[in-house]
Amino acid sequence: MSYTKRFDGRKADELRPMEAKVGVVKNADGSAMFKIGKTIAVAAVYGPRELRPQFLQNQTKGILRCNYNMLAFSGAGERVRPGPSRRSREISMITEKALSPVLNLDDFPGSVVDVFVELIQTDAGTRCAGITAAAMALAHAGVPMRDMVSAVALGVIDGDIFVDLSKQEEDYEGSVADIPVAISTSTGKVTLLQADGSFTEEQLGEVLEAAKGACEKIKELQVKALKEVYQGAGEE
Amino acid sequence: MNILKKHLIDLGSKGFREDGRGYDEYRNITIKYGVSAKAAEGSAMITIGDTEVVAGVKFEVGTPFPDTPDAGTIIVNVELLPLASGEFESGPPGIDAIELSRVVDRGIRESGALDFKKLCITPGEKMWMIYIDVYPLNDDGNLFDACALAALAALKDARFPQYDGTKISYDKRTNTPLPLTDLPISCTVRKLGDKIFIDPSKNEDYLTDSRITFAINKDGTLCAMQKGGELGLNVEDIKEMARIAIKSSKTIRKELEKK
Repeated sequence: MSYTKRFDGRKADELRPMEAKVGVVKNADGSAMFKIGKTIAVAAVYGPRELRPQFLQNQTKGILRCNYNMLAFSGAGERVRPGPSRRSREISMITEKALSPVLNLDDFPGSVVDVFVELIQTDAGTRCAGITAAAMALAHAGVPMRDMVSAVALGVIDGDIFVDLSKQEEDYEGSVADIPVAISTSTGKVTLLQADGSFTEEQLGEVLEAAKGACEKIKELQVKALKEVYQGAGEE
Repeated sequence: MNILKKHLIDLGSKGFREDGRGYDEYRNITIKYGVSAKAAEGSAMITIGDTEVVAGVKFEVGTPFPDTPDAGTIIVNVELLPLASGEFESGPPGIDAIELSRVVDRGIRESGALDFKKLCITPGEKMWMIYIDVYPLNDDGNLFDACALAALAALKDARFPQYDGTKISYDKRTNTPLPLTDLPISCTVRKLGDKIFIDPSKNEDYLTDSRITFAINKDGTLCAMQKGGELGLNVEDIKEMARIAIKSSKTIRKELEKK
């Protein structure tokens, strides 16, 4: 019995319904919400601002500092104990690595751009939703960016490639490889790539090709959400 | 740009690495088993060139996790001891140690090499918890591969302690090894400038623009990936890195399968 029909009836390359909105945290310099399926991520950007303590500063350019966190009630099962875990620290680090290649912080030595990613509800694909929301928030904040970054988790289940795994698919009893990917969409460069679960070298190639298409679709939404902030401004 | 980095890129453009190795060449690998045999249930010390890592396995009995009542688990902990490098500081594990721990764990866990169900003692009540503690003793680059290798060697060396249902007798070891069905080899491939290579030395490690650590099963399938580094990678590079990793992993696998 191999996995050919998806639990929620989607096609193999179909993403869950998505929603993107910019400007959701009024105090922040930039912010955005990204929802994919039941996963909801909110990102807020504060900065560039002075980095304290001083010994952390980079005197040649600004630094990016990301913090990923799941709210205690965000999971479907047990409560998530608040506070950083090793997993959330790793995800914070890879979020930073996924976004810093597109930022230009040369004009802000000694400063930090703080990005806070909070998961309101989790149903797989959280780190990707977080990166997607953070990219919009950074653009909204006016941080100099070379490119947009879009992220999605793909899977290899029983030998076939699927885009945007749901939690049910992640937990599937058969052979599942969960592969989160982030792409800097204009250059096509991959800035996040992880995997757990078995897959072949050939499948890796197929996953990366499928990721490009999926990230293009996500980028359309990100750009639309950013434009909406300024739409209406010309009419005043 | 950093002078040393420019120097390495210049060398690379002429087809050379700092120590004259080929892009797909590992430094000398040694594995010593049972280095803490009087204490740890399993232990090993490995070297890759001058990088030296020691790992130990300790067994404990605990309560299964609620979502996997019929399985045991491994717990991997890598600590970057200040003794191993001038760059490491005292204190709780920082993000580098955490990443190393989680990447080594993922390679072993996702390969299915150790069937966690075989670590169950009584469903819902008792499970074996296999602690794998890994300590670099000298960092001369490529800690990802070195820590994974040390962990695997220690797991190979491990034997169950005697357990009477209530208490573990650590001083009485059985001859029962862990039910390992595979050895997931970790191979980290780095990119510096436009050169791709494996087994970075210390300078290559600290100066490279991006890396991917792959975990490879004996049948050549991949079971874990972790990209790191400050720059993005294009798809062609990633495919090439996977190809090199799968090929190069055979060198380590050969060393690990000796004994």
